[in-house]
Formats: sequence, C-alpha cells, structure tokens
Amino acid sequence: MKQQIVISGVGGQGVLFVTRLLAEAAIMKGFSVFTSETHGMAQRGGTVLSHLKVGNFSSPLIRPANADGLLALKAGGLNQHGLYLKPHAWAAVNRREDVVQDSESPVFAVDADELAQRIHQPKSVNLILLGFTIGVVSTAVENRLFCSLEDLKAVLEKSLAGKKKMLGDAITALETGYNGLRTI
Amino acid sequence: MIKRKLMLGNEAIALGLMENGCTMATSYPGTPASEILASFAALQKEESMPRHVQWAVNEKVAFEIAYAGSMTGLRAAVSMKQVGLNVASDSLMSAAYLGVTGGFVVISADDPGPHSSQTEQDSRLMAMMAKIPVLDPDSPLQAKEMVATAFELSETFEIPVMLRPTTRVCHARQDIQPGKIQWHPREIDFQKDPARWAATPKFRFHLHQALEKKLDAIAGYPKTAPIRLNAGANASKALIVSGVAAGHAKEIMKDLNLWDRIPMYQVLQPFPLHKDFVSHMIDTYDEILVVEETTGIIEMQLADRHRIKGKLTGSVPRVGELLPETVQKIISEFAGLEPVKIDAGSDPGVRPTLCAGCPHRAAFFAIKKAAPKGIYPSDIGCYTLGLNLGAVDTVLCMGAAVSQAAGFYHAFKNEKKPPDIVATIGDSTFFHAGVPALIDAVVQKVSFVLVILDNRTTAMTGNQPTPAVGLGAGGEPLNSVEIEALVEGCGVKFCRVQDPYNLNEFISLLKDAVKYSREHGPAVVISRHPCLIDRLRKEKPAHRPIQVQVSDECDGCGFCVNHFECPALVLDEEAEQVNIDPILCNGCGVCIGVCPKNSIKEKGKDRSESTK
Repeated sequence: MKQQIVISGVGGQGVLFVTRLLAEAAIMKGFSVFTSETHGMAQRGGTVLSHLKVGNFSSPLIRPANADGLLALKAGGLNQHGLYLKPHAWAAVNRREDVVQDSESPVFAVDADELAQRIHQPKSVNLILLGFTIGVVSTAVENRLFCSLEDLKAVLEKSLAGKKKMLGDAITALETGYNGLRTI
Repeated sequence: MIKRKLMLGNEAIALGLMENGCTMATSYPGTPASEILASFAALQKEESMPRHVQWAVNEKVAFEIAYAGSMTGLRAAVSMKQVGLNVASDSLMSAAYLGVTGGFVVISADDPGPHSSQTEQDSRLMAMMAKIPVLDPDSPLQAKEMVATAFELSETFEIPVMLRPTTRVCHARQDIQPGKIQWHPREIDFQKDPARWAATPKFRFHLHQALEKKLDAIAGYPKTAPIRLNAGANASKALIVSGVAAGHAKEIMKDLNLWDRIPMYQVLQPFPLHKDFVSHMIDTYDEILVVEETTGIIEMQLADRHRIKGKLTGSVPRVGELLPETVQKIISEFAGLEPVKIDAGSDPGVRPTLCAGCPHRAAFFAIKKAAPKGIYPSDIGCYTLGLNLGAVDTVLCMGAAVSQAAGFYHAFKNEKKPPDIVATIGDSTFFHAGVPALIDAVVQKVSFVLVILDNRTTAMTGNQPTPAVGLGAGGEPLNSVEIEALVEGCGVKFCRVQDPYNLNEFISLLKDAVKYSREHGPAVVISRHPCLIDRLRKEKPAHRPIQVQVSDECDGCGFCVNHFECPALVLDEEAEQVNIDPILCNGCGVCIGVCPKNSIKEKGKDRSESTK
C-alpha cells in the first residue's frame, strides 16, 4: 500500500484535523504514515496545506505530479494545489458549482458549506468533505482510498471518547458528506 | 507492548528527552520549536516525576537555567527556534568553553523557507562558531533517536551538544513506537571549581585548548559517524545528504533508479565532520554532490574544492527550502539524467490575516486614527499582520519596536515637524526583549507612544503563558508580574490601560498619549483584551457578542475592507454592498465604529431606532 494525498484549505477550516484523522486511520490499519503540516503565522487565516503519505516513505513531503488525490476545502485549492496530482488522480473539492467531468482525472464537487449550514454545524466543512471523499472515491475510482468510512468512525470514537456530543456531531458531519454525493 | 503512535516531530523529541532521563527542560516559544516544551510538560504531567519544566522569559534565560542544571550533574535541555539562539548565543559561546557535567542538549529548530521566521539562518553555523557538535535529524523518528545520542555524546566529552531539526522534522507526523520512560534519579552535586565555572581570560585560554581537543576526538566518535546508505552501488560519483533532504533524496534515488548506481552517504553530525569520512570521500570519488539545509556546512569541511558540488558551486540553491522537487532536479543533473520539468503553482493563495474579532485589529485601527501620519515600528508576533492594515512599518526582531522607535525619534528630533511615533509590541515580546529598550527610552527622553498589545498570552506560537498570566508550562499556578508595574518601574510616567473594543475611548486615549509624548517623552498604552483563540483561558469572556448587520445605506465604498481588513467583512463589488460572514464574525462590534457612513449597526438597536 502506497498512497499520497494532499489536503488544502485556509487556517481555521480544520485541515490539520482531517490530516490527523486519516493518519490515525492508516496506523490503525497497520500502515506506516508520514504527514507534513503548516503551523505558525500561516495558520492565521492563510493557505494551509497538508501532505499525507501512507506506506513506506522516507520524506514527509509529496513532490508535484506524485499525489494520488487532493481534498480541497476551498474551491481555489484545486487550481492552487492541483500541480501535486499525478495523471488520473482524483480531486474532491468544496465548491458551489458542478465540475465538468474529465474522465482521466476525476474531480468531484460538493457544496460542503451549504451542507454544513443545513446540519447546523458551520465548522464541520472539513468532515463533510472527508465523508464525501470516502464515498465518492470508493465507488468511482479504481485505486480506492486506503481507509473506509467505518475506519474513520472507529478513529473518531477513539479520539473523542467521553465527548459524546462532539462525537455525535462529527459522525453526523462525516455521514452527511458521505451521503451527499452529487456528481455520480 | 505499547502501540505505535502518531507523533509530531516535536513530540518525538520531547519523548526522547523523557526516555533519556532529562530532568530540566526550558524554552521560549517560537515556530517551529514551540511544541517541544509543551509536549514535555504534557508527558511530565502523566508521569508525575520530579522534573523541572518551564517557559522562560526569553531564550537566554532559558539556556542559562538549563545549563546550571547540567552543572549540578542533571541531564538538561533547552529548546528554541533558530533566531532564539541568537538571543542565547552569548551563553552558548561561553558554555562551550566551560563544558557540562550532566548531559546538556541545545535544541535549535531551523526554518528553511522561511515559513514563520525572519531569517533562514543555519544553526549548525552557530554550533561551528561555538565549537560544539551538532546532530541533524531527517525525520521525527531519527530526531527522537538522536536525543539519546546527544546526551551520550554530551556526557562523554563534557560538552553542550546541539540538535538541529528543521520545520519539516518538527512539523511532520510519523508513526513511532514509544520506548520506556527512564527515571534514574541522579545525585545532585555542584562541584565548586572557580577556575572552570568562573574562569578568567587566562583560564579561558586553557579551556579553549581543551575544547579543541574535544572537537578532534568528536570528529572520530563512532556513534555519530556518517552512514553508507546503499552498500551495493559503485561509481566515481557520490552523494552526501543530511537532515530532511536525506529523507527526500532516499525516495528520489529509488524513483530515478539510481539507488543501485550512485553511492550515497548520510551525515548525522555535520559538525565536526568525521575526519576519516573526509579522507575516504576525497580518496574514493571524483565528484561529490552535497545536499543539505541551509548553508553548506558539510560542504565547506570537505577539502579539495574541485571535486565538490554543492551550495558553494551553485549546484544547490543557497536560498530557500530544499523541497523534494528541487532535490530531484539537483540529483538528476548530477547523475546526468534529463531533468523533469515541474510546473510551479501560480496561485499565490490566501495571505494570513488577524482573526475576525482580534483585539489587535481594533488597536491598529485606532493608532491610524490617532497618529495618521505617524511612523509605526512593530515587532514579532501575530500583530506583525498589522502590516495588512498599514499600521506596521518595521519588523526587525524581538524587542526592536521600542529601540527602533527611539532611533527614529533621535533621527528626526531636530526637524521642524518631527513625525509622531507609535510603536506596537506584544505582551510576551515586551517581557522578552522590550524592557531594556524601554528603560533606555525613558533615560533618553524619547518622544513616542508604546502600545503594548496585551492579549494575556503568547498567541502566535500556540498560546503559551506570559509572565503576567501566572501559570506554568503544565498549567500549574505560579507568580505573575503585572505589565503596568513593570512599565512604571522602567520610569514611564504615562501608563494607561484600555480595552481596544471600546474603540472611541481607545482612540481618544491614544490621542492623549501622543500629545503627552510630544512634550514629555515615552507614553505607554496597554491595549488589553484576551486572545480569542487562547485555549488556556478558562474564564468566560467579559465581552457580550454584538450581532452586527450592514444596512442598505452601505454603498460598497470599501473603507472597512481596506482599512479594517476583518475577514468577516466581505465586499460584494457587483452589489456595491458589504456583507457579514456569520461563520467568521465573533461579534466584537468594533466595525460599527469603523464605517464612516454609519452603515454597520447592531441588530437590535437598528430595529429599535427604526421603530422610533
């Protein structure tokens, strides 16, 4: 198993939380994992980019044209960080408009901002997009994601143990995204 | 068996300190080093062993506290960011001569890029200058392992040892198998030896001789010798890598099918470089490429300049981070391969900004109102982002806002109409390096206003407590030092406190301060409102959130967006209307006083007015 995923957004959206969740899922499934994060001043509302590498790697960073997938919590992330994607790689984007499908490099779009408002969790855009990604990548892409919705739930249950309300909200957000498929 | 854990590089370093019996750990926060001490404090809480862990007022103080611990035979460590080591360099240079008793590790985290620093300086050069050995980890796991090596090396040669991680090590996460936390209580014993611990220049000469001898021996120390990574490869060319660039290079060499072709060595201890290794490389290879961050430290220790390619020959860029794509290009060229063309991203992304509702924003807006043609020296912290509001003219280094303000005053003082000078400095930065400069300004009768942006925390690095908070690294209650008393103690006669959320009162206070300063010298205004994202803060915020709305009178002039720059204020240019983002807005209500046309109003109030 070797997978490289780029996660992009802006400070405050929870890019690091999603990255950590996926990394914990990788460990739970017995894989080695490397992530690289943005801290410090850039986090204050600026562009935040995480790299996630599952499997045997020695570098924490993904080279351009090497990533298997991209999660963009802001629509602009696709243009900004699409250069990391290798040919035929998938991208999941939080944006209002539909995306014209290019069968070679599938781009899946979901209006996670709107879904977040609908479930009264305005700050859950990150988990909605993650749930959406799991759903869409596992059904529409040949090279499936290294983890499933159940794996992520299991990680959440462990990391949010004892915080019933937060756990419930997180799982609702994840499932909302998972069921909110639109493009297929 | 304990399961593998996802660990931040800085957590791995902290665990390494714990596992190797470090008894005193000190630091001053700074990206990318901040989480080292925070993690150490968290582990300490779990283990509840009698260790001393603390945030110090600055890096020099932190260094000296930990160093004295080592003088008593305890294992000790101090951590900081690279520019923090500049502040502690006085202590470092001298401590190298005097040496240590218990193992003493100086962790200085570099920031090639730079991502969150004012320079890209290489701490390994500082180790070289101080004449102490330095270890250069490639990953969180290796950083943790190197802590053990560093303590051993330090105790074997009675010398401070530097561990130099970079941002990509500190802020990478990796699955790591935690080891056992060792606790071997040591006997605390300070051996009085004035010829050593209080050495006069004459004795320093002998200590310097002894230091050189130590370095000679360390350049042959087997445990830190360079590693041959690919034993099978054979060529007239070879590659030397170190730090995180080694991590990149290993992957790239395999991807380019060069792993079995070009011999590759990883240097663990860039200074002093092992002498046998230098001879071996020069005797064996015709061409050697060195890939390291940020300065060519390994490179400059390899004799025979004709064979070496690196920073000095221009084969490796001297500026900026060695991203894996850059390393790939360098190795491809060295191996005679066609370099891959990489499209650089053209989108600059979103610039960082102060949080919606940040009290600093209100203070900056008020400063521009009170001294519209002023000079605004500022300092290091979140508030550097006052740049976006045009309320920050200079940022040099910690504490410089105060001394630069004095410099501007002295430069302009004989002009007919000298400009007003309003400097800004954060609470933690004021404690760190602002106090001596303020004393100097009082003595020299410097006409300027110092606004201390007191948000009761060290915000940018992750909300570590300041001396005014009265909490320790693990949240334990300690004494506190109040800023007002400190300012008055410096001799300042005008010192007032105001919450910048009270915008009009704050502006008029600043105007008074400016007026006072023109006649009498330094005036200090403490802008006090707690940081909105301070997780340490337990008490409820005193401020009642105000629901703001933009009325139809808004003509989209853009004044608020340009001059107040709150991310919750969004200008819809087509509709010529500003909207409020309800997710981002925290209800500070300051923008009500910002709009020149009074189009931003409190929700309830607007209604009551309209029904009148």
